Amino acid sequence: MSNNTERYGLLIDYEYCSGCHVCEVACKKEHDLTVGQWGIKIHQDGPRQLDNGRWEYTYIPVPTSLCDLCADRVKGGKLPNCVHHCQAGVMVYGKISELAEKVDKDTMAIFSR
Amino acid sequence: MKYNNAYNFDLYPKTLRWQEGDLTATRTTMWSGPGCHNGCQLIFYTDKDGKLVKVEGDPNSPYNQGRLCLRCLELPEITNHQDRLKWPLKRVGERGENKWERISWDEAYDIIAENVRKFQKETGPESIVSMMGTGRNVSQALGQNQYANFGGPDVCLAFLSGDSCMNPRVALCYVMMGNINVADMSQFRENRYEDDSEWAAPENIIVWGNNPVVSNSDCFLGHWIVESMKRGSKLTVVDPKLTWMAAKADTWLRIRPGTDAALALGMLNVIINEDLYDHDFVEKWTHGFEELKACVQEYTPERMAEICWINKHDLVDAARTYANAKPGCIQWGLAVDQSKIGISTAQAIMCLVGICGNLDIPGGNVLIDQSANLNFSYGCGIDTLEPGMREKRLGDDKFILKTYGFGSTSQSDSVLEAIETGLPHPVRMLWLQSANPIANMAQDAPRVYKAIKSMEFVVVIDLFMTPTAVALADLVLPAAMSHERDCIRVWYDPLRTLSKCGTYYEAKEDEQIGIDLGKRLAPHKWPEWVNTTRDFMNWKLQEGGVPWTMEEIEAEGGMIYHPFNYKKYEKGLCRMDGEPGFNTPTGKFELFITVFEAFGNVAPSLPYWEEPPESPYSTPELFKEYPLVLTTGHRSFEFFHSEHRNSKTSRELHANPLFDIHPEAAEKFGITEGQWCWIENRMGRFRQIARFDITLDPRVIRAEHGWWFPEKEAAEPTLFGVFDSNPNNVIPQFEYGPTGYGAPVKSLIAKVYACTEENSKITPTEQVTKLGGFGYVK
Ligand code: SF4
Ligand code: SF4
Ligand code: SF4
Repeated sequence: MSNNTERYGLLIDYEYCSGCHVCEVACKKEHDLTVGQWGIKIHQDGPRQLDNGRWEYTYIPVPTSLCDLCADRVKGGKLPNCVHHCQAGVMVYGKISELAEKVDKDTMAIFSR
Repeated sequence: MKYNNAYNFDLYPKTLRWQEGDLTATRTTMWSGPGCHNGCQLIFYTDKDGKLVKVEGDPNSPYNQGRLCLRCLELPEITNHQDRLKWPLKRVGERGENKWERISWDEAYDIIAENVRKFQKETGPESIVSMMGTGRNVSQALGQNQYANFGGPDVCLAFLSGDSCMNPRVALCYVMMGNINVADMSQFRENRYEDDSEWAAPENIIVWGNNPVVSNSDCFLGHWIVESMKRGSKLTVVDPKLTWMAAKADTWLRIRPGTDAALALGMLNVIINEDLYDHDFVEKWTHGFEELKACVQEYTPERMAEICWINKHDLVDAARTYANAKPGCIQWGLAVDQSKIGISTAQAIMCLVGICGNLDIPGGNVLIDQSANLNFSYGCGIDTLEPGMREKRLGDDKFILKTYGFGSTSQSDSVLEAIETGLPHPVRMLWLQSANPIANMAQDAPRVYKAIKSMEFVVVIDLFMTPTAVALADLVLPAAMSHERDCIRVWYDPLRTLSKCGTYYEAKEDEQIGIDLGKRLAPHKWPEWVNTTRDFMNWKLQEGGVPWTMEEIEAEGGMIYHPFNYKKYEKGLCRMDGEPGFNTPTGKFELFITVFEAFGNVAPSLPYWEEPPESPYSTPELFKEYPLVLTTGHRSFEFFHSEHRNSKTSRELHANPLFDIHPEAAEKFGITEGQWCWIENRMGRFRQIARFDITLDPRVIRAEHGWWFPEKEAAEPTLFGVFDSNPNNVIPQFEYGPTGYGAPVKSLIAKVYACTEENSKITPTEQVTKLGGFGYVK
């Protein structure tokens, strides 16, 4: 994969995603999306109780087909708007190969474009 | 793990302003409506006409480190909203008819000055009262204007019974330790987290009575805790609902709303009786340990767990975990204040901090002060009052902490009482600045609505035409937003500036209104050279002996951190006399509060437990009729109190008011998910949509606050539907504790039933505005 057509993407450590909707709104504002349209959407698992008594309550943000990895912002040297503002600091933008190297724990996902 | 900090700092210079293409970027602080009181640092991008085009979080800010909430991200939408108030308006119809005439600021000032002079002459300046909503940039403007220009002694939060937000905790901390304290997430230092050589991630964080990632309350960004979790902190969460943080916690205490004091007392019992406390700190620095020890004996973990509806083992575990953590910290919240025994609750929790030796240590609860020695709060300008006037402050005769200045506002219930009864003196004019009490802040909102209707002259200053303005105002004045203001922010470090980079029609800064009125009403109380808000800031900085001008702070990038010291009580940094110890009568951290005793036992000197005024146990008969515990006041990501209801994005995410109910309870009461339901008690009712939540105790429901509907008709009887979904229809005034603080907002009882066509013919707003209210006996 490491050639000049290498894909870029987002690495998300969703263990700490608080479901704050900031990525959704950051994307909406950057792309001026209309009501009902999202470039990234938070999905929710739980809360439900596991057999061991602990609770599963997880948010995971999923970029949609409208995500262009903030091509304009990135061209201007900025971070994608969701990455810039993520309240929990759990999103990383970069080349897929570099993102893959950062994966060092459970609950991490890479989205590629 | 600082994942997203790969900002391109070449694009974010540390200067105040720069150019980015066609846009001017200004680095400033968010500290006005709409938004919270944190003061995050933002970059505002404005076009050549001064119109706000976009915002970004400031990557150079150690405070928020580039991050923002959705509410700040949607600022351009709100700032440029077509419904924003654009110029002063004078009422031409009856109150509530929503008929207005545009007038100039000069005309508005003339009308105000004429009324003020009339009331001053006829019934004295004390017949004029000023109130605000939540504490933000407006605070100092409100105080200065009220004291210097109107000359009356009364400033308070708008009909917030028992001053039940932050003020109880602050007053308690002042009597107990002479200082306030905050959970330490390294926020008072420029280098954060592991870059700070002294800070340590707390081993255990008790998140008590707030949901920090959502609420960001009390100048504390909730996601700082998430950063601390990434660095190893374990959580204990005290909350009736499983919040996201509670799901990540080692221990979740699903407490019965309103029983926080019982939990804290039970934990004190465990920690003291199992000898887990910090002997060194207790011996050297506290007063009243033996008394506390004796007092907590009756509060056994068995009994307290039963009261709290939690498992005894969880209570004991939480106590042991906190006591053994090195360090441990407590991030407390609004639930502490919003109980009749709010002061006792706060005291019990602070006793935990004290006896475990977690006070003012890295990763503990740190003692803090304002970032500059200005009285930039409710007390701003109080020394301009004429002799004898301060003594007329409402509630001071009844509440000793107010009399002796431990609380800087008038006691709110006492103001309501004066309006209703004319005693001890009449109140005829009300000045409401950034406050929408009937939608949000006022308990028993229908009663407050009626009380304000009786007043002779009411001025509302706000961003939008609110229900309060439509129903009650004679004059409505447009307020500026953060980026339309020059200001400084001194609430905790860092010292920050707000630097103006835009204007909106004729909207004005609150301080400017005060300055302008000062020229007409009380020029002798103002320096002649103070003409602009910038002058105002420089004047106050000078007065406070701060070594910088506003421009000099801006030259530092609009943000200055002071050196921060831990264990200030050891270093003689807490007391006026420079001696080690705390700024209390005993010089100690007072587990036993001597001030209460000295003033004639005005309140118990030791923490205690008492059932809420209405509860399954204090009013068992009533509970049969209203068989659920109702709690309210928790936050949503999309809104700040009654704000953001006119934001398209917030409403897209959160269209309607929701209350949480366990599916078992829903089944019992014949309710399906998504159904509009009435929530009712002996005072009145309101309606919200049922949302199922399996994590609640089936005996507890949880309703949202602050709802009004800007999309609905403004005029009465619709009045933006302000009473339709308002839990303040069912929350009393005058249920405060012995010091005048606290209100039972979090612990009511109620019943719930589905809305039908038959039972919904009259909306609560019609009931209140047209039919004289709910008719319960006060
Ligand atoms: S990278 Fe840009 S386009 Fe993609 S989800 Fe984030 S904000 Fe939206
Ligand atoms: S901004 Fe970050 S924390 Fe918030 S929902 Fe998106 S990924 Fe989660
Ligand atoms: S905490 Fe959120 S809403 Fe408050 S100032 Fe910061 S970004 Fe804005």
